[in-house]
Amino acid sequence: MSKHQKTADLSGLYTAAIRESLVKLDPRRLWRNPVMFVTAVVAALTTVLGLRDFLAGAAGAGTSLHISAWLWLCVLFANFAEALAEGRGRARADTLRATKAETRVRLLSGVEESPERATEVLSTALRPGQIVYVAAGEIIPTDGEAVRGMASVNESAITGESAPVIREAGGDRSGVTGGTTVVSDWLVIRVTAEPGKSFLDRMIALVEGAERQKTPNEIALNILLVGLTLIFLFVVVTLPAFASYSGAAIPVIVLGALFVTLIPTTIGGLLSAIGIAGMDRLVKANVIAKSGRAVEAAGDVDTLLLDKTGTITFGNRMADALIPAPGVELRRLAEAAALASLADETPEGKSIVEKAREVLGALPGMPAGAEAVAFTAHTRLSGLDAGGRSLRKGAMDAVIRLTGKTPPGALAEQVDAIARSGGTPLLVAEGAEILGAVHLKDIVKPGVRERFAELRAMGIRTVMITGDNPLTAAAIAAEAGVDDFLAEATPEMKLDLIRREQAGGRLVAMCGDGSNDAPALAQADVGVAMNAGTPAAKEAANLIDLDSDPTKLIEVVLVGKQLLISRGALTTFSIANDVAKYFAILPAIFVAAYPGLAVLNVMDLASPTSAILSAVIFNALILVALVPLALRGVRYRPSSAAALLRRNLAIYGLGGLIVPFVGIKAIDLALVALNLA
Amino acid sequence: MTLISYLLYFAVLVGLAWLMAAWMARVYAGQLPAALRRVEAGLLRLGGVDPGRGMGWGDYARAVLAFNAAGFVLLYALLRAQGVLPLNPDGIAGMAPDLAFNTAVSFVTNTNWQAYSGEAQLSYLSQMAGLTMQNFVSAGTGMAVAVAVIRGFVGATGATLGNFWLDLSRSVLWILLPLSVVLALFLAAQGVPQTLQGAVVATGIEGEEQIIARGPAAAQIAIKQLGTNGGGFFGVNSAHPFENPNIASNLAQSLSILLIPVAFCFLFGRMVGDRRHGWAIFAAMAVMFVAGLAVIHGYEAAGNPSLGLGANMEGKEQRFGAMLSSLWAASTTAASNGSVNAMHDSFMPLSGLVMLVFMAVGEVIFGGVGAGLYGMMLYVVLAVFLAGLMVGRTPEYLGRKIEAREVTLAVLAFLSMPLGILVGGAVAATVPAALTSVQEAGPHGMSEILYAYTSATGNNGSAFGGWGAANPWQTTALGIIMILGRYAIIVPLLAIAGSMLRKPQAPVTSGTFPTHGPLFVTLLVLTVLILGALTFFPVLALGPIAEETARMAGQSF
Repeated sequence: MSKHQKTADLSGLYTAAIRESLVKLDPRRLWRNPVMFVTAVVAALTTVLGLRDFLAGAAGAGTSLHISAWLWLCVLFANFAEALAEGRGRARADTLRATKAETRVRLLSGVEESPERATEVLSTALRPGQIVYVAAGEIIPTDGEAVRGMASVNESAITGESAPVIREAGGDRSGVTGGTTVVSDWLVIRVTAEPGKSFLDRMIALVEGAERQKTPNEIALNILLVGLTLIFLFVVVTLPAFASYSGAAIPVIVLGALFVTLIPTTIGGLLSAIGIAGMDRLVKANVIAKSGRAVEAAGDVDTLLLDKTGTITFGNRMADALIPAPGVELRRLAEAAALASLADETPEGKSIVEKAREVLGALPGMPAGAEAVAFTAHTRLSGLDAGGRSLRKGAMDAVIRLTGKTPPGALAEQVDAIARSGGTPLLVAEGAEILGAVHLKDIVKPGVRERFAELRAMGIRTVMITGDNPLTAAAIAAEAGVDDFLAEATPEMKLDLIRREQAGGRLVAMCGDGSNDAPALAQADVGVAMNAGTPAAKEAANLIDLDSDPTKLIEVVLVGKQLLISRGALTTFSIANDVAKYFAILPAIFVAAYPGLAVLNVMDLASPTSAILSAVIFNALILVALVPLALRGVRYRPSSAAALLRRNLAIYGLGGLIVPFVGIKAIDLALVALNLA
Repeated sequence: MTLISYLLYFAVLVGLAWLMAAWMARVYAGQLPAALRRVEAGLLRLGGVDPGRGMGWGDYARAVLAFNAAGFVLLYALLRAQGVLPLNPDGIAGMAPDLAFNTAVSFVTNTNWQAYSGEAQLSYLSQMAGLTMQNFVSAGTGMAVAVAVIRGFVGATGATLGNFWLDLSRSVLWILLPLSVVLALFLAAQGVPQTLQGAVVATGIEGEEQIIARGPAAAQIAIKQLGTNGGGFFGVNSAHPFENPNIASNLAQSLSILLIPVAFCFLFGRMVGDRRHGWAIFAAMAVMFVAGLAVIHGYEAAGNPSLGLGANMEGKEQRFGAMLSSLWAASTTAASNGSVNAMHDSFMPLSGLVMLVFMAVGEVIFGGVGAGLYGMMLYVVLAVFLAGLMVGRTPEYLGRKIEAREVTLAVLAFLSMPLGILVGGAVAATVPAALTSVQEAGPHGMSEILYAYTSATGNNGSAFGGWGAANPWQTTALGIIMILGRYAIIVPLLAIAGSMLRKPQAPVTSGTFPTHGPLFVTLLVLTVLILGALTFFPVLALGPIAEETARMAGQSF
């Protein structure tokens, strides 16, 4: 996309959001946000009173209308924030909807039936349980499970990843998603989604924010905001009585201004935008949440269950070290190992060649007339025959059988040590001579250790799940720095582990893909299913990762935390702002009755009118100024709760106390300079 | 010298409270000597109570309300009928209905707002069987509720809040009663009367006849201080030489006012099983208390320049001076006690402001016995909710999550303060029938109204003396507001406790922010000041702040 195009898109987004902020003035829609609803009511009241004064030609009508205008702007800014957040999601929803075009599909009467006898139906009419046939070049009409055949499928419409993936009947890669395209071969698919309830439908609804329900913490926060609004209502409604006792009269418009500036409009106006933007961040990470609740729960997770393969290790064993037999030079072993692996296309073979290159500096070329000896289940050896040299590598027992010798004592000890550490030893032989051993091991991904240390600082325990034996598991666990591991794990053991953790009051997150993961995914508080996984797993999970990347779990936790932090930080900021607003408005309204109260005018605002206007304008401007922060989310760096609290309290608590003093004073200076007050 | 005296006072207070907390922890856990247990069991059996039956929050709240309602009915009947009942040597008549209502509510809610003058309007029977009785059980009610609330936060999941009748009996029998006996004997030794004989009629040197009131005062004064009741035997309360004859009696009473409230902080720490939590709550309260005390002492010791040099001695007893009067004023308003040894009406305007703030935040700066601690739990819930979000987790306190239900209940309870003070005060500042109570003009009159309604809502009981409390409008309105200030907080808090108790307790990790230590203390203090005090900034500006600025300009009221 060119830069020009992008700017055009953005301005379109803003135009739509501005239009939408006016539509959202509909009382029925405003009602859902009590703080903004109240603000709108006050704005309407002050407008009517201002107009009345204006028509009567009363003094100060201009100021009244000026105040009213800013009160309306405050409401519009809040609507704008929400509309902008929704708009970003809607743009994505539109591209998704484009892939959801109605097509004709071939319906089979049974799994084994030939496609020639299929009947054609509309894709939108498909019901769960029906069987359809999809051939290369066709779009998969809806969500389902491959029950026959194997095909490569382009899922870029959903994941954005253009490399096709394999989907096949049986196993853990049987799930297919509506809107994706079969690139080669064909699939027979059993439909699993109700019409209009497919994954794509859900995703569209989600990114549009149409089905957004308030999360538990959001509900609690809303109650607090309503409570604060009520308290300030008491303050403002009772104030005329106290004021008239004191011989001061406060115009209703000023009371309205005081009320709106005191109630938490900043957070009230941004609350839903924060929630929508949080979901959007997840969508950007290619994770679909089935409910906002799951995202919030992710922030609360205490224990992460991580699959070893793919998350912690690369999933393939790789050469870690070359160990020559006594009396054999390392270079000779490296050369032999490299030659024996040159023709080996497996990741293990390639890693041996790579290791040998490190030792030798360069690779030996393939000798002329060399003949590769491939691995067979019978010999369990592979290697190369060239110019009378016979090079082989293989498991210890296979090499012993080949050479008729056992490795010399020192080498035997090292081989034992490798096995004990959870690695796999391979022996390399030339003819009947054992040259040494290759230490193959599961390589821990770079950066994983640091990641787990971060998680620990956040108070999250990591548990590695693996099918390896306890010895291997312990070695990898220690290397990766996880807090605990579950070796030789079965689905039942996983489920037990989750229940145990939950019984201790902990919230557990896990990811899985297979059908046998479904119970554990359902039991976990946060279950992330891989999109490539089975429908059962996807059904049981509350989040689905479209990239099928198990490390995503950690991203999800971070997004969840950021969402909560943004809400808390802006609420704190909003409440702390009230101190300055009191100092702006109170002297302004009381100074006529008690001139001494001018000492409260610590900001030295020019006049009572400009003081009130400045507070109202600040209140509206701070809302719009914080929209980017609400959409982006408060910066979050993993650290302990105490450190986070200290930092956020300093920025948003202390900042919330100070910023409005500066802001209101600046606006006051501007108003005076512009002769507006 | 002053500083050393204050430090010494605090050291003794904290030391005694620490010891007290250790004893209270044993009392409420039932770790009592066998003989005491037998007495307790016998008494409860008489009342037909099964002390082993634990109560949920609903049962607990119902028991509290039923017990207090019964107490109210009995006391009201007694006050109305005192004229025809025995132990009335001075032949005092029955009380008027509105005043009896006000007085009965006042003592049942641990407020001890006195719209009457004891020596003129109460028989000895009313004083002893009525007021002193309620002094014990209203304090015991507050303590029992606090213990139940603590259990809600720290108890095992699915446990109960305890048994109200048992907690109440234990509070009275093993905490309030023994302390009161000791204090009453000490006060009697210092010269406080304890007699059933009527007033003494003496002829002064100028030949005028003088009636000197007396009665069974020492016993009532002991519990009025220990139970943060504050209702004096005599109208002028602890400024009266028979209530508080000398420095020693003053010191003993000053310590008694704060003893149990401070001990509750430490008891909380003990019941949590981590004393740092108790220290954190104590520290938050102490920071605010010391800051307020410093302001009061500063203004009172400096005096009013327009009245000449020296401390402000207007309305103060010569034998106590500025320091002991300031300490008492801070303690009695912070602790929801309400007894006075000097006339608050005559304090400097900003001293009055501090006293108003101490009460207006909901009596949580040590506060009433038990009531201060459970009141502070409201702020803890709100502080933890805000701060908890800022660390990226569903907020939790002591391992339990604070969710919509708790926030709703906390907000509900929280509303009672602005409702009582602002709405009650606004009406009183408007309605002509109520305005006749106001003695002083200008902002000081405003402070008087505010003080009365704040004192009633906070269940404090002290007043700006010049204000006419006996006005039927005020007796009725304040009576209703005292009920609001007491039960609109107790019931939601018990509900919070019940709902917390049902939640699983998560282990504390580095992902949960620590609720002890300076950071939490700062947060809690800020929450109290911003959520609690800021609400009242506009009215305080019209009252004491306006008065102070006028005073600086040389105008007085």
